[in-house]
Amino acid sequence: MPIIDLKNVTYRYFDVEKPALKDLDLEIDEGDFVIITGPSGCGKTTICRCFNGLIPHFYNGELSGKIVVAGLDVKETQTSVLSQHVGFVFQNPENQLFALSVEKDVAFSLENIGLAREEIVERVEWALEMTGIIELREKAPYELSGGQQQRVAIASVLAMKPEVVVLDEPTSFLDPLSAKRIFEVISSLNKDLGITVVLVEHRLDLASEYANEAVVMDEGKVSFVGTPRDVFNDRDVWALGVGIPKVTRLGHYLKERGIDLGGVALTPSEAADLIRGYMNR
Amino acid sequence: MIETHDVYYTYPNGFEALKGVSLAIETGEFVAIMGENGAGKTTLIKHFNGLMKPTRGSVVVDGRDTKKVTVATLSRDVGLVFQNPDHQLFSETVEDEIAFGLRNFGFDDKTIERRVDWALNLLNISQYRTTSPFILSGGERKRVALSSVLSWDPKIVVLDEPTIGQDYLQKERLRQFIMQLNTQGKTVVIVTHDVEFVADCKPRVVLMSKGRLLADGSSEKILTDDKLLEEASIIPPQVAQLFWQLKFNNAGREIIDVYEAAEILAREIRERMN
Ligand SMILES: Nc1ncnc2c1ncn2[C@@H]1O[C@H](COP(=O)(O)OP(=O)(O)OP(=O)(O)O)[C@@H](O)[C@H]1O
Ligand SMILES: Nc1ncnc2c1ncn2[C@@H]1O[C@H](COP(=O)(O)OP(=O)(O)O)[C@@H](O)[C@H]1O
Ligand SMILES: [Mg+2]
Ligand SMILES: [Mg+2]
Repeated sequence: MPIIDLKNVTYRYFDVEKPALKDLDLEIDEGDFVIITGPSGCGKTTICRCFNGLIPHFYNGELSGKIVVAGLDVKETQTSVLSQHVGFVFQNPENQLFALSVEKDVAFSLENIGLAREEIVERVEWALEMTGIIELREKAPYELSGGQQQRVAIASVLAMKPEVVVLDEPTSFLDPLSAKRIFEVISSLNKDLGITVVLVEHRLDLASEYANEAVVMDEGKVSFVGTPRDVFNDRDVWALGVGIPKVTRLGHYLKERGIDLGGVALTPSEAADLIRGYMNR
Repeated sequence: MIETHDVYYTYPNGFEALKGVSLAIETGEFVAIMGENGAGKTTLIKHFNGLMKPTRGSVVVDGRDTKKVTVATLSRDVGLVFQNPDHQLFSETVEDEIAFGLRNFGFDDKTIERRVDWALNLLNISQYRTTSPFILSGGERKRVALSSVLSWDPKIVVLDEPTIGQDYLQKERLRQFIMQLNTQGKTVVIVTHDVEFVADCKPRVVLMSKGRLLADGSSEKILTDDKLLEEASIIPPQVAQLFWQLKFNNAGREIIDVYEAAEILAREIRERMN
């Protein structure tokens, strides 16, 4: 059974004529690691707001269709209940930070769900460590750089270890190595704890290898679904303006020069393997 | 021209974010400042339009010491777009947002109208002319912030993370516009973590780490120096990584461009197979 199930979802923001989501269907299975990508403004954030109930409970637009997350009907369930199942990292980290220190921010939701003191301490340490912000623990959010704030937002959500983690462009402010490190942490949570991951990303060169499914949205619809390899190799997906990994593109450019590697690479090491294999034929 | 002379900056809480930065950016240059989170990039570029003043050292823009001119005066010449668009946007409509700066700098109504139209088209936000910036998507908001600064045509354009939230087509638009500015002799400075965007634009790259300059050179040189990049928490472009892994001796040294890579690889593969 899918852990996220959207059927015929159409959503219009208040006072906006054009729907942000149009008759959209999407199923995400438990334990999946899904990347959602697509042009700026295509509805990625809007769909995320449906997963945690911000839509319809905090945005008074017009919603039709069915949204079920972790077995709960989102329309009928309070966001406070949904948030125990779905962790959400906002696109803008500032919208998420409010406590006086990094440490307190990360501990806040844990205290709220009434975990034992030692458990809280342990999880806070773990999350700070995983996101590389141990040395920032005493700092106030406004004293942090953009990327540092974003890590705090991620740490707060990961510390909760919810069934589903939804991350909306969570690495937009992160330097590349830190972004990769975050993807690795999320990936290990996905593999070891079976946490379902929904990751909205433009940085496909770094993120693709961790996902088992890619969803490409366009104009409020799901246009393509499949393995990242199939989806990002599709020239129709390129045409939408999705940031295809360079080595994936390279495969096509080589083919145009008469060299068919016979496979699709998402990472440089996959490309190197394909090229070596080609030369040894 | 922007010159920073041994600039130190300490935040009110005592944190020293810049530790002796000396840098010269010539008129008409295109420079990307890169480096790990917290390296001091944003702090540095906020010195370029006088928003921040050095605790020690000096910043001179086109011959003027930023301590001796107002931010308002400098901003006409140095257009700075913030990392987070929410720190910049405040108007009720996108159109007003763009017109605000223009009005401030005393342009006449006709010019304002023309420039607003131009700026709306530039980054594809015309359809949101009368929409509130606050209900736009993150990427769209970023484009409003960019357009409103670009509208008054500053001589020096400083963009903090311009590609955040942008898809590839929008990035291409932005890249072409930057290139166009550059051919017009404008100075463009971007701060970015977007390695592949830098590989596409090929500006001069200034690497920062821990409040200091780490390296300075062409994108080809810097983005293929794995040791340096690692120090600045940067992953090399995919193409550069591929060439290392293939160990094709000299072929591919300092290659970051995907089309160039395809040419070289095709040739190299054929030669090796013959
Ligand atoms: N208002 C502030 N008060 C105190 N310290 C600050 C403040 N703003 C930034 N800092 C600190 O100064 C250092 C440099 O910050 P800056 O914003 O310049 O980094 P950056 O290179 O732009 O990083 P990022 O890539 O994350 O945006 C960081 O260690 C940060 O924690
Ligand atoms: N709160 C809102 N009110 C009205 N329109 C909105 C709101 N948030 C987003 N939109 C619009 O809905 C569309 C989809 O936005 P969003 O889901 O944020 O896109 P993205 O794919 O970039 O995350 C865009 O056209 C955007 O302008
Ligand atoms: Mg979004
Ligand atoms: Mg910054």
